Amino acid sequence: MAGTPILHLDGISKAFGPVAANQDISISLARGEVLALLGENGAGKTTLMNILFGHYMPDAGRVRVDGRDLTLGRPRDAIGAGVGMVHQHFTLAPNLTVLENVMTGTESLFAPASRTRAARARLAELAERFGLAVDPDARVSALSVGERQRVEILKALYNRARILILDEPTAVLTRPEAERLFATLRGMAGQGLSIIFISHKLHEVLSAADRVVVLRGGRVVAERATVATSREELAELMVGRRVTRPVRGAGTPGEVIVRARGVTAGVPGATRLHGVDFALRAGEVLGIIGVSGNGQTTLAQLLSGLARADAGEVTLLGRDATGLTPRALVGMGVGRIPEDRNTEGAVGEFPLWQNAVLERIGDPRFARRGLVRRAAARAFCGKVIERFDLRGGTPDTPTRQLSGGNMQKLIFGRNLWDAPRLLIAAQPTRGLDEGAIAAVHAEILAARAKGCGVILISEDLDEVLALADRAQAIVRGRLSPPVATDRLDARRLGLMMAGEWQGLDDAV
Amino acid sequence: MRFERRQKVSPLWLVGAPVAAMALALAIAGVLIALAGAPVLEAYGRILTGAFGSRLSATETLTRATPLIFTGLAAAVAFRAQVWNIGAEGQLYAGALAVVALGAATPAGLPPALLIPALMAAGAVAGMVLLLVPVFLRLRFGVDEVVTTLLLNFIVLLFVSLAVEGFLRDPLAFGWPQSVPVAEEAMLPQIVPRSRLHAGLLVAVLAALAVFVVNRATVFGLQSRAAGLNAAAARFSGVPIGRTLLLVACLSGGLAGLAGAVEVLGVKGYVSTDLSPGFGYSGIVVAMLAALNPIGVIFAALFVATMFVGADGMSRALDVPSFIADVTVSLALLTMLVALFFTSYRVRR
Repeated sequence: MAGTPILHLDGISKAFGPVAANQDISISLARGEVLALLGENGAGKTTLMNILFGHYMPDAGRVRVDGRDLTLGRPRDAIGAGVGMVHQHFTLAPNLTVLENVMTGTESLFAPASRTRAARARLAELAERFGLAVDPDARVSALSVGERQRVEILKALYNRARILILDEPTAVLTRPEAERLFATLRGMAGQGLSIIFISHKLHEVLSAADRVVVLRGGRVVAERATVATSREELAELMVGRRVTRPVRGAGTPGEVIVRARGVTAGVPGATRLHGVDFALRAGEVLGIIGVSGNGQTTLAQLLSGLARADAGEVTLLGRDATGLTPRALVGMGVGRIPEDRNTEGAVGEFPLWQNAVLERIGDPRFARRGLVRRAAARAFCGKVIERFDLRGGTPDTPTRQLSGGNMQKLIFGRNLWDAPRLLIAAQPTRGLDEGAIAAVHAEILAARAKGCGVILISEDLDEVLALADRAQAIVRGRLSPPVATDRLDARRLGLMMAGEWQGLDDAV
Repeated sequence: MRFERRQKVSPLWLVGAPVAAMALALAIAGVLIALAGAPVLEAYGRILTGAFGSRLSATETLTRATPLIFTGLAAAVAFRAQVWNIGAEGQLYAGALAVVALGAATPAGLPPALLIPALMAAGAVAGMVLLLVPVFLRLRFGVDEVVTTLLLNFIVLLFVSLAVEGFLRDPLAFGWPQSVPVAEEAMLPQIVPRSRLHAGLLVAVLAALAVFVVNRATVFGLQSRAAGLNAAAARFSGVPIGRTLLLVACLSGGLAGLAGAVEVLGVKGYVSTDLSPGFGYSGIVVAMLAALNPIGVIFAALFVATMFVGADGMSRALDVPSFIADVTVSLALLTMLVALFFTSYRVRR
């Protein structure tokens, strides 16, 4: 790894309004090195990489590649200097082929003809050399997420990138896919490329990087060789204090409160469910684990009163779920945590108090004769804010000003205040930082201890292992048989998520 | 240059930005007046005296503002729930037509205290029906209501033309294409004697207050706003989106229908194809100028009416084309939209 330095970030500072996203950050990267940039949401990782790539103009500081100063704020200059970026949200055109996507932007608009043949040969050569096999003539819309990511990397390599930046590259991958990606990245580093990847997952930082730079609050708080640090140390550095995620204790499952038999259902734009069976008891957590896009959305909508089963039956708290509206569910004591808190969980322009009561506006506590009882609604919101330690808002604050973690506290708070009997939590910690994850986990376990049954739909293995009593994998709209999580480890769960549950003999 | 959402909007911005926007619009229009060779300040002075300089002109301005308040409210109510009702013009004519059809033959024995509200209600219902159809088509089949409501305007206007040339034609109008008049006792009382200003203005102001209360205090107001701002969140929260939007259509179409009813019962007494000089379309401008606030609609309608009534007088005195009123109102709309943008966003390099 100890090659010559290829990249220097020197004293980078950048503020957005009153928020200092980056403060005097200096980092260097050696040739052939894999560097991880570790930090929570809002630590400034993505801002820093966007400055390096020329998307943002820093307030101060400079970037040098091979000892030459980069013109800042110019992506073209960064690309020309050999910096390639793979964004978290891919920037491919789905209606074009792989080859066309890779070539986009590399040829002059006024060239008489596109030099497809040469490009095809080069793409094949790159794919071969770095082990990134893709069909150059496939349309991007037909590719899996992992394949699209490979195309993004190939695109950067095609632009002669020597420094590759990957923003949260594993956010959308299964664990086997992620392991394969990191093997590829190591191979690329071995051939002299330098790589920076952004992450907030400790295990992948430790296993894939040579060196890790920890950012917190826009500053570099530590720099460690991965061989000389530990998971615990990194976690503490990242959060700034000791954070431990709670783990469930022994539970006392009660009667069955949810039962689904042979359920087939579909919602527009999401994977259909095919003949799904599951059951949930009071006081237990059932984990539905899977890579997103395998039918979780349909399942969450079905259980939240937004979709109907085409076949099979679902019973919730003793009632047939067909015909249960969201309001009816809320009235029966079903708490619902939506999959996407920003679009489904709250109206961003509304003040907090309106979002606190919108799904309970049929409740006589909050409306009488068609009139909203503002005082009662405000008071309810104030109590939720206090009880769930929601920071950065009063009942009158516009909801969009909340951080993701605080918005999730609002959503949990409005659902848990009335001690629900059933909680449907879809991706409850997606995009949250470590501190907020611990808080959400604690709330889920507290609800379980009070006898609430929880269906936890998640793509986070550690989360399911820590919280769920039993787990079922969801793959292409089908559910595996349930397995007690005591008998599972991350590897086995990972296999289940990949669809390999034949011969599961310990179904419970 | 980038735009960032403001974390906190200071009250100074909320008041200052619209005022600055109006000032800027008047300044730009001033340049045009100067180009037309007229003294700018005198021109604006003449617009003001033309609109408020005498009892007659003041009542005329208020009369002109009355239907604009209704159509402005119609647009504000609909846009707030993201129902793009561009059809207030058609709904206005539908309301007017309903009033004339029912009010022409004196309904036996009804006292004015019952007759007038009944006719106004009929006008409102006609407007409602005309908007319910496009909104239903959108909910059921995803038909874009911008297109349907806009095109219905022309259909309704042609239907009015058919009516006033045919089955509602006034035989005593010397061949003018106008309908039979409504009965004398059905007309709205004047509130200033020897002027055209009628009680419809009071109804319009009451309607604005009512809409304000509905928006602010009712479950329907909360739900319609949620449905408009974020349909996914509204659906997740169990807001009955279809029912809510149909109710919004009733309210919006009803208000536009009232504009037509009141214009017939208060001013004209009959319907013709020139009953409205584009009140329905101007209502959209009024609503945007008011940032969809129902109380603001009253003032925005007054501003627009002032410009149009005042510009006539100014035009006669100073030989500046009265189109300057259209230009000024349009400029005000543009500057106001920019100002509203800058109350929520700031510029960052």
